[in-house]
Order: sequence, then structure tokens, then C-alpha cells
Amino acid sequence: MSSIMTYREAVRLGLREAMEKDERVFLMGEDVGHYGGSYAVSMGFLEDFGPQRIIDTPLSESAFTGAGIGAALGGMRPIVELMTVNFSLLALDQIMNNAATLLHMSGGQFNVPLVIRMATGGGKQLAAQHSHSLEGWYAHIPGLKVLTPATIQDAHNMIGLALADPDPVLIFESAMLYNSKGVLDTQALPLPIGKARIQRAGKDLTILTYGSSLFKALEAAKTLIPEGIDAEVIDLRSLRPLDDETIMKSVAKTHRVLIVDEGWKSGSISAEIMARINEQAFFELDAPMARLCTAEIPLPYPKHLEDAALPHADKIVAMAKKLMEKS
Amino acid sequence: MDLTLANEFYRKMLLIRRFEEKCVELYSKEKIRGFLHLYIGEEAIAVGLMHALSPEDAVFATYREHGQALARGIDPKKIMAEMYGKVEGCSRGRGGSMHLFDAETRFYGGSAIVAGGLPLAVGMALSDKMMNRNRVTVCIFGDGAVAEGEFHESLNLAALWHLPVLFVCENNLYAMGTALKFTESETNISLKAASYRIHSQQVDGMDVEAVSKSVQQAVSEIRLGNGPMFFEYLTYRFRAHSMFDAELYRDKAEVEEWKKKDPLILLHQRWKDININKYETEIADIIDEAVTFAENGTLESIEDLEKFLYSDEVAQ
Ligand SMILES: Cc1ncc(C[n+]2csc(CCOP(=O)(O)OP(=O)(O)O)c2C)c(N)n1
Ligand SMILES: [Mg+2]
Repeated sequence: MSSIMTYREAVRLGLREAMEKDERVFLMGEDVGHYGGSYAVSMGFLEDFGPQRIIDTPLSESAFTGAGIGAALGGMRPIVELMTVNFSLLALDQIMNNAATLLHMSGGQFNVPLVIRMATGGGKQLAAQHSHSLEGWYAHIPGLKVLTPATIQDAHNMIGLALADPDPVLIFESAMLYNSKGVLDTQALPLPIGKARIQRAGKDLTILTYGSSLFKALEAAKTLIPEGIDAEVIDLRSLRPLDDETIMKSVAKTHRVLIVDEGWKSGSISAEIMARINEQAFFELDAPMARLCTAEIPLPYPKHLEDAALPHADKIVAMAKKLMEKS
Repeated sequence: MDLTLANEFYRKMLLIRRFEEKCVELYSKEKIRGFLHLYIGEEAIAVGLMHALSPEDAVFATYREHGQALARGIDPKKIMAEMYGKVEGCSRGRGGSMHLFDAETRFYGGSAIVAGGLPLAVGMALSDKMMNRNRVTVCIFGDGAVAEGEFHESLNLAALWHLPVLFVCENNLYAMGTALKFTESETNISLKAASYRIHSQQVDGMDVEAVSKSVQQAVSEIRLGNGPMFFEYLTYRFRAHSMFDAELYRDKAEVEEWKKKDPLILLHQRWKDININKYETEIADIIDEAVTFAENGTLESIEDLEKFLYSDEVAQ
């Protein structure tokens, strides 16, 4: 069965189904209950599931994230919501030093089946403390899995996938996508964690991207058709693990690579992907790889400056054309 | 308390004392490396505490946790093998001195991030409450943890949600080389807990009987649903903070003054009939056995270096 819904509704449905299916699942975070979620994702949940399972926490990111880890150790299936990626930094100690390390440090005795959700990305003029894309940072950390749902299907499916995983999974929901609409096929088998998806097949160049940039890349690909450029657009879906296989296959087909990453360029996931292509598919390349990232500044408030800082379809088009000229 | 219990307490404290003295010896022989934080002087807390817990209770500790691990009943052989970094260690050798873990005794480490264990204990207690399990989660930390945000966040959550947590603060007056009086505007730590509406109390941490009594009472209150509870145990570490500490920050006279309150001496003064010699021999054997076990242990194959990162890679 398929139906049209927003990204927000898809996440909400994914959460609702998870809560209904497994009574060990509970949602905890700032304003998830009475307020309905800062992005209105859990609207109505408090009434439906009660305060035992929809827990409004104090502004204590570190403690309630750690409590999520502890509850996961105790056999529950907590979902911790951290509002926005910038605030997750107050919980970084728990995420890095406990969630990511416990299984290894205990010699395999204690796994942490915890799901952490947060909003990421710029574009809403929220300025320098609410707009960043730090998912690439988190992908640096062994022991975590990092998911970046872009499609309605993934916004829904990744909740269940993350909960089914025995280890800590971070889900980065794109703030810009909550109102986007698309089709959810409730019958479709979910694509597993760690698999990228070819969102548009093409033969001339590979555009690798994730999150809200996926739609910018798809728009660019459309613009490129009349120019005689047939771009393949790949939604990475998961930044850790990365799907090297799908990436390298596409590189072997198109021989040209453009990465679109809303993170900053220096030390980014785009840098990591380039390095891997360099290691695994260097001789397939017909031109130097290119990438479009966010300008290396804290995101500014004025719209024209924020726009100029973020990746956009027209910039992707320009870079793709330039890339096709080189050989 | 009777002589049987006094004997048991003495024996356990002596085991910790001698075990750690052996560790110092092994450290200078370079058998044990990395950080090594000794518990010597503070044994009464671990022993009194663990005595009052049940097997189904959970323990979250710090990097200064050899004593607690031993008192909780983790096999000394497995602890020593862990110090050696051997596969037979209680964390497969991956953790070392600061990260002792043991699922069997519900010992959740061994955390070396000051105050990092408090949120975990709160979460474990939350899961117990949600799943209607009548268990207590104990969280042990030092006076240094009190200055961290995670301490305050965790106490608030535990009190707000009425969780079955027992907070155990081992106040040995120093965080590394910095005395509490240089870092806290209020040095009575139990008052801080009380401000979160947690029942809290200062207790003599050199007196194993007092510790055990306090925990027994607290644990039964917590099991009745009257948690959380908080104890500040006044204690002192007789040795340096770690093996790298030159102890420039405290007077020898102060250390000597505290050594008069040695928990082993204190208990023996009260119970003259404790059979010290018998325990010395018994414990010497246990420690010898542990060292032999660790020496004969195996080093993990380098091929398995990247294992235990995700659950599907955990060896059976
Ligand atoms: C978050 C954090 N900051 C700093 C350190 C370095 N450090 C290790 S132990 C310690 C002192 C802690 O003192 P206390 O909590 O009183 O415990 P004690 O060592 O006295 O048992 C410090 C500062 C650390 N491990 N973690
Ligand atoms: Mg201290």
C-alpha cells in the first residue's frame, strides 16, 4: 500500500509503529511530549502513549542521552531525541565515550541498542548555532552507525531499521525536509543499513550525496539533461558504514565524480569518500573528483548569505558541466 | 554485627589491599602498564557496600575500581588477567585496570570519564522502573565528579523520576592533586544532593560496619520505592592518585594522620579475634594463583584487533 505524506509524517508513522510493535520502545527528549516535538514529529504521542513512554526531559542533554544508554543496557529500546545537531554536542561525551565504546571496552559483553534522532542542516535562517551539518563528524566514530534519511521511505523505514540494530544508531533528519512530500510504500522491504541507493541512473557522471542535498542533486540532474549530460545520482543513506561497493560500481560506470555534502569541506565525509575512491577506483577516473560543500564559516543569518554558503542545484549544475569538460 | 561478619569484612578488605600491593609490584616489573589507580585506604567502602547488595543489583564504577570489582565477587584471576591485557581478563584484556566489566555480577565498568557513569546508572534504574524490576543500581564516583554538569543533571533526573539509584560518593578530599576546598564553594557534598530532594548523608568511609549499615538501610528503602539515595563517604587514599603522581600537593603528616584510621586497623581494634594470619596465608595463595593465571593467559590475536566494535563481530 502506498500513500503520500510529508517527511515529518513519515518519521511520526515510523515512530508510532515502533511504539505499537514493541513496548520496550520509548521516546525521550526535550519537548517531545507536551510540546509535541520541536519539529512537531511526536505530536499527539503523549496522549496516545502516556508520560511513561513519551518522556519530557529537562535541558540535560548529557544526562538523558546517558540515561538512554543505561536503559538500553537494561533491556529497553530507547529513542533519544536531541532536537538539533548543535545541541547534541552537549551529549557528545555520552555518545563518544560510552555508547560507542562500551561493547568494545567490555570485550563484547555489553551492547547498546540505542537510537538517537536529531535534526540537521541549514536553510532556515537559524544562524550559527542551529544550522550545521555535523553528521560527517559523527561518522568518524567507530562503534556508531550514522543514518541520513532523505526520502519519505527512509524517513519512515530507518526508525525500524535503527531499532532492530543491536548497536547505537544515530539518525540525522534534515530540518529542511520535514515539510517535503513523497510516497511511502508500506509494503516495500526496507533497504538495509549500509546500502546506498541509486536514485537516478545515468552514465556520464556520478553525483554522491545524502540528506536534503539529494533533492538539489536530482534537480540539477534534470537541468543537465538538455545539456546532454546524463548524471547518476546516488543517495548514500548511511555515512557509517559507507556503501563502498555501490560507490565504486558507479565510478567504474561514469568515470567522473561530484560529491555534494552540506558539511564543511575540511575533514569531511566528502573528503573520506574521495580518499576511498582514490584508494579503490583511482584508475577508473577520467577527471579529478569534485565536491560541493558548505562555505567554511559558521552559517550566517541573512538569507542571501546563507544561500551563498549552502550547496544549491545551480552550483551543482555548474560544477557538473565543468567536470565534463575535463578529461 | 558478629565475629563471622567481621572476619568476612576483614578478609575482603585484606584481599583488596594485598591484591593492589601486588599490582604495584607488577607495575614496576612492567607487567601492568597504563594508568593504575589504587584504592588502598578506601577498602571499607567497597566491602561494606557490596555486602549489602544482591546479585541482581547493578554497579557502575570509576577507573579506581579494583576494590569494588573484587568486593563484588569478580574472580581475582580474571581481574589480574585484565591488568595483563590478556584474553582471559574480565574485559578480554580490552579495558585494562580502568575498565573492568563483568556481565555475570552486573558490573558495568570501569568508566574513566569523571562523572560519565552517573547518567548510565540513571538510565539503568529507569529501565528497572519501566520493566517493574525490583533492583537497585549503584553508582560510585569521587568528589571530583561533583563539579561536573553530569553529576547535577543525573541527580536531578534520578530525583525527578524517583529512580532506584544509590549514589555513592567517595570523598577522599582530592581530585588528582586538587583539594576539594580549592574547587567547591560548598564542600559538604551531601548538601548538594539534598538540594535535589534526595535523602543524603555523610558517613565515615573508614568504618566498614558503618558503610554496610548505611547501605543496608538505603537499599531496603530504595526497594520499597523510596529512592534515590545519596551517601558521601569520608575517606582518604593512602597512595598516590596514579603511578605517575609525585604527590606534591599534600603533606606527609596529613597522610600519616589518616593512616591511623586505616579501615583494617579500625576493624581489628574492634574485633580482636579476627584471625589475621589465617587470612594473610589464604590471600597470598589467591593472589599467587591470580598472577600465575594472568602470566599463563593468552594475548589476543592481532587478526581480531577490529572485533567487538559491532555486535555481529562479537566472538561466541
Ligand atoms: C571528564 C574528565 N576530566 C578529567 C579527567 C582526568 N582525571 C582523572 S581522575 C581525576 C580526578 C578525579 O577525582 P575524584 O573524582 O575525586 O576521584 P578519585 O580519583 O579521588 O577517586 C581527573 C581530573 C577525567 N578522567 N575525566
Ligand atoms: Mg577524590
